[in-house]
Amino acid sequence: MILEGMLLEPSGGESGGGGLTGYIVHHLTHNVVYVAGQKLHFDSWMVALLLGLLGCFLLWTQARKATAGVPGKAQAFVELVVEFVDSQVKDSFHGDRRFIAPLALTIFVWVFFMNAMDLLPLDLPAGVVTAVAGEEAAHHSYLRWVPTADVNTTFAMSITVFFLIIFYSIKAKGGWGFTKELFTAPFHAHGAFAKIVLAVPNLFLNLVEYLSKPVSLGMRLFGNMYAGELVFMLIAGLFMSWITFPFGLVANSVWAIFHILIILLQAFIFMVLTVVYLAMAHEHH
Amino acid sequence: MNPTFMTLLGQMITFAILIWFTVKFIWPPLMSAIEERQQKIAEGLAAADNAQKNLAQAQDKVNEELKAARSKANEIIEQAHQRANSLIDAAKADAIAEGNRQKALAEAEIEAAANRAKEDLRKQVSALAVSGAEKLLKREIDANAHRALIDDLAAQL
Repeated sequence: MILEGMLLEPSGGESGGGGLTGYIVHHLTHNVVYVAGQKLHFDSWMVALLLGLLGCFLLWTQARKATAGVPGKAQAFVELVVEFVDSQVKDSFHGDRRFIAPLALTIFVWVFFMNAMDLLPLDLPAGVVTAVAGEEAAHHSYLRWVPTADVNTTFAMSITVFFLIIFYSIKAKGGWGFTKELFTAPFHAHGAFAKIVLAVPNLFLNLVEYLSKPVSLGMRLFGNMYAGELVFMLIAGLFMSWITFPFGLVANSVWAIFHILIILLQAFIFMVLTVVYLAMAHEHH
Repeated sequence: MNPTFMTLLGQMITFAILIWFTVKFIWPPLMSAIEERQQKIAEGLAAADNAQKNLAQAQDKVNEELKAARSKANEIIEQAHQRANSLIDAAKADAIAEGNRQKALAEAEIEAAANRAKEDLRKQVSALAVSGAEKLLKREIDANAHRALIDDLAAQL
């Protein structure tokens, strides 16, 4: 898959060893299946898919029976979310919002759902598997169920956004205008010689600018969620002894409550930055 | 004890605390926001409904007023017609009376003039008759002696 080197996958995940190190290594190992000889993080893919479907289903059920009269509580909540997202988009994107606003809503809801997986008890699936199939089976089955703590998921989203940025740039400036701007901005020059001299640094700066967007988008979300997940694992270490167990409870509670803010904030940031990037691409220079 | 079980236990307790926190501190403001929205919408709809009803009422009232005004106008026009007719009738009666008066006046005048003319004529004829008789008798008639005779003659003419 993309960016194989950045996966931060622990080496020798299977053996792991005992104690906290083994615990963390175990929980940082993806459930991998091989598709056409390529590694696929099946857990990230499957959980993301299910959460996406869940989000679609929840919004669809409300949209289907939406009334123009006094809304029910669920509809009112969905309306609040949709209105919030739409007003955010309206603030930064000036133009036809018929595609951008639903895109922003999709990103916001989906990323929020994927982030929210972080709040669920980390060892719940392991406990279930242990209860059903025994400890040995649990030791060899892997599940990371926070898809946004997988760099592949976040980059898949940010690269999609990147293609949309390119699409909107070309749509706004035309194929020739877009290509021309790659070589003539941000340094403007008069005269043929200066233009040729500045073409190379211009192209370089533009490439950096364009590529920094998907990288920063993807890395920001991944970094936050990965770090959050890791902190949960480290706090889990406190649970391994009865002496530190109460401290673990306090730390885990505080971090979980704080994490409510983080998952919302990261979903919001991903959405807003996507809209801002598209708005920048959409506008003429 | 199995470390996985202990971490799971700790995480489950934490999860319960998280749910409690959500129920206690996150759910109420969310719910109040939702309820506020519902109430706002309900109020807005009720206000719109009311406005519509008021509009209909106002429309009815306007129609009623228009109807009343129209009938009033008709009444006034009717009255005006009546008044005009009575004025015309009075004027006609006046005119006829005046005409009659003028006619009577003229007739009286004419009669007076005719009488005067008759009187003149009678006097002249009597004078003529006297002078004729004088000429016939070739002698002077004592006007005073015959005054009665002459007057009688003139009256007979």
